[in-house]
Amino acid sequence: MVNYIKLIALGLVTLLALIAANYARDLAYMVNAITVALAAAITFLYVLRRTGEPAAPAPQNEYLDGVVRAGVIATALWGVVGFLAGTFIAFQLAFPVLNFDWAQGYMNFGKLRPLHTSAVIFAFGGNALIATSFYVVQRTSASRLWGGNLAWFVFWGYQLMIVLAATGYILGATQSKEYAEPEWYVDWWLTIVWVAYFAVFVGTIVKRKEPHIYVANWFYLSFIITVAMLHIVNNLSIPVSIFGSKSVQVFSGVQDAMTQWWYGHNAVGFFLTAGFLGMMYYFVPKQAERPVYSYKLSIIHFWALIFIYIWAGPHHLHYTALPDWASTLGMVFSVVLWMPSWGGMINGLMTLSGAWDKLRTDPIIRMMVISVGFYGMSTFEGPMMSIRAVNSLSHYTDWTIGHVHSGALGWNGMITFGALYFLVPKLWNRERLYSLSLVSWHFWLATIGIILYAAAMWVTGIMEGLMWREVDANGFLVNSFADTVAAKLPMYVVRGTGGVLFLLGGVIMCYNLFMTVKKSPAVEAKNHLVPAE
Amino acid sequence: MDTYSILRQFADSWMLIALFAFFVGVVVFAFRPGSSKVYKDVADIPFRHEDKPAARGGDAKEA
Repeated sequence: MVNYIKLIALGLVTLLALIAANYARDLAYMVNAITVALAAAITFLYVLRRTGEPAAPAPQNEYLDGVVRAGVIATALWGVVGFLAGTFIAFQLAFPVLNFDWAQGYMNFGKLRPLHTSAVIFAFGGNALIATSFYVVQRTSASRLWGGNLAWFVFWGYQLMIVLAATGYILGATQSKEYAEPEWYVDWWLTIVWVAYFAVFVGTIVKRKEPHIYVANWFYLSFIITVAMLHIVNNLSIPVSIFGSKSVQVFSGVQDAMTQWWYGHNAVGFFLTAGFLGMMYYFVPKQAERPVYSYKLSIIHFWALIFIYIWAGPHHLHYTALPDWASTLGMVFSVVLWMPSWGGMINGLMTLSGAWDKLRTDPIIRMMVISVGFYGMSTFEGPMMSIRAVNSLSHYTDWTIGHVHSGALGWNGMITFGALYFLVPKLWNRERLYSLSLVSWHFWLATIGIILYAAAMWVTGIMEGLMWREVDANGFLVNSFADTVAAKLPMYVVRGTGGVLFLLGGVIMCYNLFMTVKKSPAVEAKNHLVPAE
Repeated sequence: MDTYSILRQFADSWMLIALFAFFVGVVVFAFRPGSSKVYKDVADIPFRHEDKPAARGGDAKEA
C-alpha cells in the first residue's frame, strides 16, 4: 500500500518537474528540473520493481551499515572532486590563461570557486558527517538506525542536492551568499532532507539501549539542529517566479550581511567544528583503543563551545555598516572561544596519554593527531584574526584563505581521512587495510601540501595587507592593486603545488581503500557456532 | 519603548544571566560528587557494541 502512494507521488514529481522544465525561464532552472525529473523517474522504476514483492523485515539484531558504506564511497569520491576543483582554481589564479576563452562564463574562476567550496564543505564534509554520524549513533546507542530506509532517503536526497547545486552554479543559479549559494528550490529540498536526517538521528537516540547519550552524539545533534536553524533563516527568500531560479532575499543591507555571517561563521562552528568533534570523540578513542582523556572536560567542552560559537559571526564585518558594539561582541566571543577550542584539543590529544608509542607504528592515529593539532592551530589563529586591529591588516587578504585551509585541510580533511581508514576495514569486514605504507604516503603528502599552502598564504596575505596600506611621505598610496597581484605570483605557484600534493594524497587514499575492499583478507566469522542467547 | 530597545534590554540583563547561570550549572553538574564513577563507565560506550546492537530488552552492558 505504501508503495502505491510512493509511486503516485514519484510519478507526480516527475510530471511536475517536466512541466517546470518546459516553462523554465532560465537554463540553470531547466537543467535542474530535468535532473529532478530523472531522479524521480529512476526512483519510480526502483520502487515499481519492488512493488508486490514480499518485503524482508529489517533485522533488528544488525546495524544498518549499507548506507554508511555508500556514504564512505561518496565521501572519498567527492573529496577528490573537490580537491581537484580547488587545485585547478589555485592555478587559475596563478596563471589566468587557464580561464579558457572557450569556457568563458562557465569554467572561469568566479564560477568554479563556489563549486570548489561547496564540493569540499558540503559534498566531502557533509557526506563524511552523515556517514560517520549514522555509524557512531548506532554503535553508541547499541541499536539499529530508526526509520528503516529513511536513512537511504537522506543519503540519496543529499546527493541530489549536491548535483542540483553544482550544475546550478556552473549555469548561473546562485543567490551570491558565500557557502549558501544554492537557490530557493535547492534550499527547500535540503530542508526536507535535513528534517529526515534529524528524524533518523533522534529516532535512533530515542530507542537507544545505552542509558547514557555518548558525548559524540551531543556534538552531532547540535550540528544537525543548528545547521537546520542557520539554513532556514539565512535562506529566507522569495522566488521571482516558480519557473525560474532567481529569488530575492527578505533581509536587505546590513541585516542581510549580519544574517549571512551569522550563518557563515556558524557553518564553520557547527558544520566544520561541532560535527567533526563528534567524529573526534568517537574515532580517536577507538583508534587509540582507550577512552577519552576526560569525560567531564568533554561535557564542559560541548556546552562552552555551543554557547560561545553562535555569537562569533560579527567579526566578519569589522569596519562596515554594522554597529561597533555588534562587531566588538563578535570579536570578544571569538577570543573567548579559544578556551573551549583548546579544551577540546587537549582532550583529543591527551586521549593518547600512555599510548604515544602508537604514533610511531600507526599512521592512522598519526593522521588523527595531526588533525587535532591543526584544529588547535587554526582555533588559535582565528580568534587572533578576529581582533579588530589584526583584522584591519588581514581582512580581504589571502591570510584569511590560508587560515580557512589550515582548518579545512588540516582539521576536517585529516580527521575524515583517519575515520575513512578506520571505517573501511570494519564496514567491508576486512582484517586490515591493504597497505599501511600508502597511508604513510598519504599522511606526508597531505601534511607537506598543507604546510606549503598555509605558509604561502601567510606570506602573500601579510605582504599584500602591508602593500595596500603603505603610504608615502605625502600620504599617497604607494602601490596599485595590480602591484600586489604581480608580487603574489610565486606564492600562488607554491600554493597550487601544495594543492597538487594534497590531491595526490587523496587519490592514493581512494586507491588504498578500493584495494582494501578488493584484496584484503576477510575477517573470519567468529561466532557462527555460538548458540543463540 | 520600541521593540528593539525592549529586546536589547532583556538580552543584556535577564537572558544573559539565565544563559550564564545555565552554563555554571552545567560545570557544577559535571563535577557533582560521584560523577567520576559514572563518567568512567560511560566513556567506555564506544567499546561495547561494535558489531551488533544490544539484545532486545536485555541490559545494554551485558553484550
